[in-house]
This record gives sequence, C-alpha cells and structure tokens, in this order.
Amino acid sequence: MSLLERFARGEPDAFEDLFRQYQSRVFAWIVRIVRDRGVAEDLTIETFWRIYRSRQRFRPDGNFSAWAYRIATNLALNHLRRRHSHLEVALPEDLAQPGSSDMIALEESSEHVRRAVLTLPAKLQVVVMLAMIEEQPYQEIADALGIAVGTVKSRVFRAVRLLRKRLKQMGVEHAGTREWEDARGVKTRIPGS
Amino acid sequence: MQEHENGKMREALKLAFPAVDQELQRDLWPLMLRRMEKAQRHPGVPWYDWVLAGAVTVAFVFFPKLVLLLAYHL
Repeated sequence: MSLLERFARGEPDAFEDLFRQYQSRVFAWIVRIVRDRGVAEDLTIETFWRIYRSRQRFRPDGNFSAWAYRIATNLALNHLRRRHSHLEVALPEDLAQPGSSDMIALEESSEHVRRAVLTLPAKLQVVVMLAMIEEQPYQEIADALGIAVGTVKSRVFRAVRLLRKRLKQMGVEHAGTREWEDARGVKTRIPGS
Repeated sequence: MQEHENGKMREALKLAFPAVDQELQRDLWPLMLRRMEKAQRHPGVPWYDWVLAGAVTVAFVFFPKLVLLLAYHL
C-alpha cells in the first residue's frame, strides 16, 4: 500500500512520513510569500493540520504536493489580508521624500517600495512576491492559487501599474528608472574598483 | 519596452525585499504533534451548535417570554 493510501486511511505513521517529506518545501513556499520565518513556521504547521483534518477527502491517486501548496498559499494569502487591513490603520505617511540619487535616497526609496507593496491588495502582493521577486514560474503560481496562468499575468500587470501609481503618490518617481540604477551603482560599487 | 520597465521594477522590488533564508532550520514535527494534541484536548464547538445558540438568542430577543418557558424546563 502506498504512503498516500496509508495517509488517506488515517495511519498516523503515514502522516508523519508525509510531514517530514514535505515540511521543508511547504515552509520554503510560504516564506517566499510572507517573508517572515516565524510566521512561515506557524503557517506550515497550520497547513499540515488542515491536511490532517481533511485526509478522508484526499484521493490517493491525487497530487499531494499540489494540494499542500494550494492550502499553504491560501493560508499565506489570509495572513497577507490580515496584515494588509492592519497596515491600512497603522501606516503613517510621514516618510521623508527622497530628493537625490544617493545612498540615503536609495534606502528611503526602498522603504517606499516596501510600503507600496504592503498596501497592495493581498492577491496582488502574492504575485509580486512570487513572480516579480522570487521569479517562480507562472504555471506554478497559477496552480498554487488555483487560477489560470493568464490571470497571474494580468495580476502582475495590475500590481506593477498600481505600484507605479502609489510610488508616484509618495513622491518616488524614479523607482526602477535610470536614477534608481545610478543610485544602486553607488551602493554596490566595490571600493578600489 | 514594457518588458524593460518590468525588469527595472523587478530590480527595485528585489532591492526593497532582500532574499529571505528559505531553508527550514529545524524539524517542525514536535510542534505539529503539540498542535494535534491541543486540538484533541479542546475539540472546539461545532458550527451547528453556534447556529443553535444564535437562533435561541434571536428568539429570546423577539419573544422574551420564551425565557420563562426555558427556565421551567431547566
């Protein structure tokens, strides 16, 4: 009898084996989205707890990994939603306006970019994290979110457009432009080179 | 052009969100066991009990005399 069949029958040893086999992958997936290792550990536990509770609904010929990723992504999305609603109340608008393209301006701009991302709707934040920052394949993101690849692409497009708009409102018009790249040059220049 | 612009935005995002260590540093199984034991100790109230409690509360609000009937049966 396969591991998945034993799991579906409710054998505790089979669940432990599956947990040990998939915990690292599920954790890595979640941490890419939430970018907090502590939160990712909690959500990994919660993912497997939900898997364990719904084991009777799992078909042994199904794709366990896809199922686990879907549950993990939904939990991460819920976490982003909670964080998003909290941020809407808590975020002050008192960041200094970046003026020149030096390192300080770059740091400030990065802070603005972070804030702009964190104020995006959760479903757009997920695609920004996975597609733009982590460069995961669109197909993988679509499977994890349970949506079509075309929807992932359109969410990326909407996210970038919204980010530009928010950054412009914050007075950061040079994020991702020539000035930005020049500032990066200041930061990444190797002494003596 | 669009691709180029997205590439630059990607650079800005990567700078704003530095890479996070994605390696799991410890085995989470002991925590998982604790979570399962906790759930067994406190199984929680099923949803239909909440529905029943809600319905009874609503009934008491609209028909306060039902409280007397309930008290009699208790």
